[in-house]
Amino acid sequence: MIPLLGISTQALFGQLLLGLINGAFYALLSLGLAVIFGMLNIINFAHGALYMVGAFCAYFLLNLLGLNYWFALIISPLVVGALGMIIERTMLQRLAGLDHLYGLLLTFGLALIIQGVFQNYFGSSGLPYAIPRELAGGTNLGFMFLPNYRSWVIIFSLIVCLATWFMIEKTRLGAYLRAATENPALVRAFGINVPRMVTLTYGFGVALAALAGVLAAPINQVRPLMGADFIIVVFAVVVIGGMGSILGSIVTGFLLGLIEGLTKVFYPEASNTVVFVIMAIVLLVKPAGLFGRTA
Amino acid sequence: MSVDSVSETITAPVEVANPRDEQIVFLLMTLALIVAPLFAYPFFLMQALCFALFACAFNLLVGYVGLLSFGHAMFLGSAGYFSAHIAKVWGWPPELAIIAAAIGAGVIGVVTGALAIRRQGIYFSMITLALSQMIYFFCLQAPFTHGEDGIQAVPQGKMLGFIDLSHQMTLYYVVLAIFLFGFLAIHRIINSPFGEILKAIRENEPRAISLGYKTDRYKLAAFVLSATLVGLAGATKAIVAQNASLTDVHWSMSGEVVLMTLVGGLGTVFGPVVGAFVIVAMQNYLAGFGQWVTVIQGVIFVACVLAFRRGIVGEIAHMFKRSL
Repeated sequence: MIPLLGISTQALFGQLLLGLINGAFYALLSLGLAVIFGMLNIINFAHGALYMVGAFCAYFLLNLLGLNYWFALIISPLVVGALGMIIERTMLQRLAGLDHLYGLLLTFGLALIIQGVFQNYFGSSGLPYAIPRELAGGTNLGFMFLPNYRSWVIIFSLIVCLATWFMIEKTRLGAYLRAATENPALVRAFGINVPRMVTLTYGFGVALAALAGVLAAPINQVRPLMGADFIIVVFAVVVIGGMGSILGSIVTGFLLGLIEGLTKVFYPEASNTVVFVIMAIVLLVKPAGLFGRTA
Repeated sequence: MSVDSVSETITAPVEVANPRDEQIVFLLMTLALIVAPLFAYPFFLMQALCFALFACAFNLLVGYVGLLSFGHAMFLGSAGYFSAHIAKVWGWPPELAIIAAAIGAGVIGVVTGALAIRRQGIYFSMITLALSQMIYFFCLQAPFTHGEDGIQAVPQGKMLGFIDLSHQMTLYYVVLAIFLFGFLAIHRIINSPFGEILKAIRENEPRAISLGYKTDRYKLAAFVLSATLVGLAGATKAIVAQNASLTDVHWSMSGEVVLMTLVGGLGTVFGPVVGAFVIVAMQNYLAGFGQWVTVIQGVIFVACVLAFRRGIVGEIAHMFKRSL
């Protein structure tokens, strides 16, 4: 073990890995927020709550139905996506034509409801969720021990992020989506059902949050408030990256996770606030965000 | 985002304000608050008054400049810590502790406001939320706030050397005076030429810029005024409750003030006061229901946004075709 600046490489790489994992969650969540913002022009405050519902979904599937992690990885996003589509159809759609801030207030209320209900039944403590058998154990890389599950989370979320980017930027469906973002009225005139596309987009965005929740369940435990503070950091990530570009959200997410990990090693007192400090600096230097377009 | 320029702004008081209506309602409100301790528990009233001032100051920003801050708890909470620390550790008299704490909140407002007004709309809300989370973590770790314990047993002392605040009724009328001062200050601000420019910025910022107004300066000034008045509420609250704790800096407090203002009526003069009393009363009566209070608050949020956007006072004003 070679000490570096008085810090063992073991600790350094361990924290960097944790940082990358947090970065993966930031990326998945901010990606969902960016996709939703593009179509609906609202910031989905319920995103953190739905991330938590995704994790709870995995917990219920395992403990009530005996369905393991791999089923949860598919079913949980579908369930939460469907829930999201119901929310969009019954509530968010009524806010069309109003100030976008009403969308923020509505989803904030939804987040309070969802988190409050789960807190009533499960308190504030965490419920354990075991790492799937196939991914237990780890690999010794010589300079550090790499748990298999953690490498899986990083690789899998990277694949999901890039697949989303590919779908939006390179496919025909993505082209419709981008066109509807720019000018919904014109796209409708071409015979494309834009309201349905909006509903599906919202469902897809929150399904990404649920997926992140399932991935997080074995690492962070399943807690009713697991998304409450987390989403505020994700908001800061979104401000830093700007919501203009899909690839931008992904890069910013992973990058900030890494920076947070580094801060935990070199100056642990600031690890909670480093993302907010970076946000303040970015606002001073480039108010539109690193990848954002000026409105 | 220029396609949907017809969208309804978050507050749109169409009716022209009639100063006489406002004077009558103000007198009624003051009279009701003077006799209120005969009918209700003074501690509850003082708490509600602090929240009412908090909501009014928040409304100054959202209702008249159109900036929805989701981080106003940082001013309430930090001013609470300031006044508790100054009164307890430095031993200053309460009036100086409260004034110093309000100024302290104003200083935080200068820094955070200068950052937040660089973006608009949804981004503004997210930035204020993130900055207030930063202040929260600071309060959690800084030694003078005593972390989870908060600052306990804050002395109430004698205001101006002869008004004994440990007497509950005396304390109530002092709090009422502070509230009325804050309320009238806000009223003065929104009815001044400065306030008219704020409303112009809310309605159409590019137009205000084209008329030669440096809108960023006006927005920052409004932000700092709002922060200072919230600080006044927070500092008073700490003296009343004799403690300062993390609850007041937490993001859920920022959500609560939004809820109070929304229930009472965004952009109305008296709405935030009504909303604050309604929400504080609700919390007192439902205290035994634990986390269901959060759920109920969420339901009220959703209901207000979907069906009741004008709020209580807004609906009443609309019914009488007046502006309150």
